[in-house]
Amino acid sequence: MRTVVCVKQVPGTHDAKIDPDTKRIIREGIKVVINPFDTYALEAAVQIRERIGGEVICLTMGPPRAVTVLREGITVGADRGILLSDRAFGGSDTWATSYALAKAIRKIGDVDLVICGKQAIDGDTAQVGPGIAAHLSWPQATYVMDIDEIANGSLIAKRLHEDGWDLCSLRLPAVITVVKDINQPRVPTLKGRLAAEQQEIPVWKAEDIGAAPERIGLDASPTRVVQTNPPAARKNEGLRLDGTVEQNVARLVQELRRRSLV
Amino acid sequence: MIANTSEARAAYRNVWVVAEVLGGEIQKVTYELLGAARHLADTRESELWCVVAGHGVDSQIDTLFHGGADVAMVIDDPSFVNFVDEDQAAVLARLVRTHKPEIVLCGATTRGRALIPRVAVVANCGLTADCTGLTIDPETGDLLQTRPAFGGNIMATIRCSDHRPQMATVRPRVMNALEPDTTRTGRVIAEKLLPGEISGLKTVLELFQDVENPVNLSDARFIIAGGRGLKGPDGFKMLKALAERVNGAVGASRAAVDSGWVPYYHQVGQTGQTVQATVYFACGISGQIQHLVGMQSCDFIVAIDKNPDTPLMQLADVSIVGDLFEVIPQLIRELPKT
Ligand SMILES: Cc1cc2nc3c(=O)[nH]c(=O)nc-3n(C[C@H](O)[C@H](O)[C@H](O)COP(=O)(O)OP(=O)(O)OC[C@H]3O[C@@H](n4cnc5c(N)ncnc54)[C@H](O)[C@@H]3O)c2cc1C
Ligand SMILES: Nc1ncnc2c1ncn2[C@@H]1O[C@H](COP(=O)(O)O)[C@@H](O)[C@H]1O
Repeated sequence: MRTVVCVKQVPGTHDAKIDPDTKRIIREGIKVVINPFDTYALEAAVQIRERIGGEVICLTMGPPRAVTVLREGITVGADRGILLSDRAFGGSDTWATSYALAKAIRKIGDVDLVICGKQAIDGDTAQVGPGIAAHLSWPQATYVMDIDEIANGSLIAKRLHEDGWDLCSLRLPAVITVVKDINQPRVPTLKGRLAAEQQEIPVWKAEDIGAAPERIGLDASPTRVVQTNPPAARKNEGLRLDGTVEQNVARLVQELRRRSLV
Repeated sequence: MIANTSEARAAYRNVWVVAEVLGGEIQKVTYELLGAARHLADTRESELWCVVAGHGVDSQIDTLFHGGADVAMVIDDPSFVNFVDEDQAAVLARLVRTHKPEIVLCGATTRGRALIPRVAVVANCGLTADCTGLTIDPETGDLLQTRPAFGGNIMATIRCSDHRPQMATVRPRVMNALEPDTTRTGRVIAEKLLPGEISGLKTVLELFQDVENPVNLSDARFIIAGGRGLKGPDGFKMLKALAERVNGAVGASRAAVDSGWVPYYHQVGQTGQTVQATVYFACGISGQIQHLVGMQSCDFIVAIDKNPDTPLMQLADVSIVGDLFEVIPQLIRELPKT
């Protein structure tokens, strides 16, 4: 079983800033972390290898320093990492990102399963996983909260929905995206750290994966961020109630009534 | 991807809403999208189409016209009883290619967010996720799509000038459905699946709908959320009673979920769901940034905590300083039933 885990480097929650000219997220000079959902994707892949054998490869597209998320992946059990990095990829939206990742997955070859996080916390789009599946024409399961069984070329996944869940059987190769409920990521070991530091991590450029120039980067991305604003400020000073329980509740109910909320 | 020329773009007309069908029922979000899309279609002087891929929905088609649709394009197939996104995406992508809509909208639900990215890739067009605002640029006719990013810390406006169709998913509960007009009628176009569009690559084996304990955080007007301050599963029984009183859903902080007091699908925040309720009650939740990013776009926020200095108390519209085990029972008694 060969599993590719797509991991993304994202700005830490507190540090979101936007370039006023390009309207893109500024990725220079701010603290970056591995996308939290991708740690569950990594753990899921490592657990599959522990169960049925095979190989776990982590893959990221980003600037050269994104290599650190690959090392983090190796620290918690991935066998190797591949960095897709080329100026030509810069400014890719989800269409172009999923195209490039799909091309890299084809180049890796013999991949049975791709695991992504549910969404990245910077863009919050949740489009790259299904996008990769579409570019590869593979089946997909999103919001996966459990992997039941992998046998006879199929995987059984439990998908989370707003109103419950369903269980579906996917023909491999396939793409899944996972939510936090799926597992408890392990803590890195010293041995893992050493392994990660020692590994050579190959860097692939656009031409290495045979990406068509008109399908990658800013020019190939149909969506354009034309404006960014802080969200509408939360108006008022909040109302602070610190009387007796009866007073507080009566006042709250009055406020809700006044706004026709109840 | 190669941009469409302006002549090619001009061939794209009409606004489409992709219906969400669940257990044979057209979901509420569909009517909300029709409400928003009606304005867009009027501005563009074009038609509003609703695309329904499902089974046994005939009797509900009129409600789409009442909700604003001019045309209902129906692909009725028994294989659509379950949600098989690959197959639905294949049909939709083909219909997009043949009918060339200018705008395609779909609900930003777990199902919509799985389905539409596949359609966008195959149809070669851009897709904006989780929009909360949609307007037409009067000069170019482009769709201006506003959406929160970074968990609501930034609002971004996105445009897709050179490609058609323009696709977006729209958050549930953000747009308003029209008042149903039972005198409105429309055209029905019946479409069929083509051979090969059922790939057989995925089969749904089992479906579990939590009717007993409906969560549906994305759809609820009221969310009553609890955190570590609830001390245990019994605390959540109390929250559920409050939620029932106002017909709301129960949410939770990660601390409460990790303690096993409520299932994960109640979790709000960075690693849970992003919600946009009208009223959000945070009970015994301190409001760490990872929780705030999931709920700060709610319209009216109430915090109940015995500690007056938590981040949630700073953000809330109304904060009650007190012991939630006294405040909540009192609220249950005092709040009018909805
Ligand atoms: C990568 C990452 C992702 C995360 N994702 C999420 C996420 O998606 N969602 C999320 O919620 N968190 C998330 N967290 C965790 C987050 O940082 C906080 O740890 C968590 O939200 C705290 O939950 P809490 O507010 O319930 O608990 P606490 O911070 O312990 O707050 C409990 C509150 O209850 C009050 N209280 C106690 N007893 C009473 C009483 N009797 N009456 C009134 N008030 C009382 C206390 O004063 C306190 O303010 C994430 C963290 C990380 C690192
Ligand atoms: N640049 C990238 N490199 C590797 N994986 C990515 C990248 N962007 C997105 N992903 C994967 O796609 C998931 C969803 O991202 P998004 O669609 O941006 O919300 C993430 O959790 C990652 O698994």
